Amino acid sequence: MGLGWFIVLVLVVDSSTPAVTAALVEVTASGVTTRAQRCTVDARAHGELLAPQVDAILADIGARPADLGAIVAGLGPGPFTGLRVGLVTAATMGQVLGVPAYGVCSLDAIGHPAAAGEPVLAASDARRREIYWAVYDGAGQRLAGPEVGAPAVAAERARELAVTVAVGDGAHRYADALGLPLRAEPRYPDANALAVLAAERIRAGAPGDPLTPLYLRRPDAVAATARKPVLP
Amino acid sequence: MADEPLILGIETSCDETGVGVVRGHTLLADALASSVEQHARFGGVVPEVASRAHLEAIVPTMERALTEAGVTIADIDAIAVTAGPGLAGALLVGVAAAKGYAVAAEKPIYGVNHLAAHVAVDTLEHGPLPEPAVALLVSGGHSSLLLIDDLARGVTPLGATIDDAAGEAFDKIARLLGLPFPGGPYIDREARAGDPAAIAFPRGLTAAKDLARHRYDFSFSGLKTAVARWVEARQRAGEPVPVADVAASFQEAVCDVLVGKALDACRSNGVETLVIGGGVAANSRLRAMAEQRAARQGIRVRVPRPGLCTDNGAMVAALGSHLVAAGVAPSRLDLPADSAMPLTTVSV
Ligand SMILES: [Zn+2]
Repeated sequence: MGLGWFIVLVLVVDSSTPAVTAALVEVTASGVTTRAQRCTVDARAHGELLAPQVDAILADIGARPADLGAIVAGLGPGPFTGLRVGLVTAATMGQVLGVPAYGVCSLDAIGHPAAAGEPVLAASDARRREIYWAVYDGAGQRLAGPEVGAPAVAAERARELAVTVAVGDGAHRYADALGLPLRAEPRYPDANALAVLAAERIRAGAPGDPLTPLYLRRPDAVAATARKPVLP
Repeated sequence: MADEPLILGIETSCDETGVGVVRGHTLLADALASSVEQHARFGGVVPEVASRAHLEAIVPTMERALTEAGVTIADIDAIAVTAGPGLAGALLVGVAAAKGYAVAAEKPIYGVNHLAAHVAVDTLEHGPLPEPAVALLVSGGHSSLLLIDDLARGVTPLGATIDDAAGEAFDKIARLLGLPFPGGPYIDREARAGDPAAIAFPRGLTAAKDLARHRYDFSFSGLKTAVARWVEARQRAGEPVPVADVAASFQEAVCDVLVGKALDACRSNGVETLVIGGGVAANSRLRAMAEQRAARQGIRVRVPRPGLCTDNGAMVAALGSHLVAAGVAPSRLDLPADSAMPLTTVSV
């Protein structure tokens, strides 16, 4: 089989932001083409939305799950509960279908497509008045991050790295604190970009990744302290 | 029998990642991964820690279950998953996993009630459940009395704890006595060397004035405080705490209330079968006391072996199998995880 005939149907999922995204992308020797996509912005319904969206995009192009050759999932960072939905979906489907699942930093799928010749700060909402952020050079390569923290901290780091523009839902929410001009798109991780960033591994038939989320925060938990007495 | 449905069950409502496989009423596999050790230093289950552990464990646990059962996912007729009640983030991992398996393998999915699954698991050991039956479900997360008219379509809640779950009370008293978490098995072990009549601890909601409103409800918080007071008084007086006697007397008080109310529910509803499930059903005193007292009243007690009483995937598969056999329609692919799923909902 010549490389010219190389074509893999790839399922792409991301649930690291309020946008729940599922897409079918064709990866060939020379390109990456989106065939079908569903994206719903609803921070509270990742678990309800994702699987029906996967079902729907397969129906859109008349494909069966068994036609998939690889899966790509956004690893976050993102609010944990929703983030896990995409990763567990990718991991379980990969297991059943016997195809590799690859992880890509979700911020890369915002920063990489947005970086058109100048450095860019990509940010998503981390709640608690914080953002998940990373900085990309003009070619879309990550220079710093991913990290989680106050917008002011990210802004200072961005200034040091000569960033001229910010992108992503987190940048829009904290535009004042960041003090950078905004780029409108992509607001959320871009499915085509996720596939582009995994394309080399897909073409090489690389083994899949353990889909470990980029949590960046520890679980909220405190070790048990001494018991309070009940007697006065 | 080969023509009975082959069902996969997934459980992630608390700290156990469980995947079970059953054919009809026959248990083929029951794979389990527990994050209990990660919670021990916190003295209770930490939801985010449990959710992270479920995500890591689900794929390997599924692999083990399928291997143990000697089947592939293509052989499966339907996938059942605990949709609630339980920890929201933990449930969501299992529900999303079940959907991933269902979509990829093109199988129907059943989102089921965790408590109904605790009842259904008994069918794997003792065959079809006579209906109506009364179920006593006691664990670290729940303490309920249910009337089971039709396990496939709906159960009637009779009562529940109004404060702590029974298992929670075991954990708290274990901590008070310097025993490890989870406390149930350690209290059970200590109690064997103790005198259950040594200390007269209170029996919550059993006084005549409470029975009018709370005939089938439980309360363990007063008992917990009473034990703490007794132990502290000893410590302050500089006297040694007789751990075995405290454990035995505390355990006796809990079991006395649970069994008393469960048998009352059987008698007043004309029911001859009592099913006991949940982690606390593994308690040796509860099992022995229920059997002795029920036998005197002509009531048959069914308790699955301890390994099936605690949370596991087999119980979910067992309920799924019951639903498929009863012709209940599968759930939709957008089924939600519902941390407060009511008892009246057996499947969504
Ligand atoms: Zn349970």
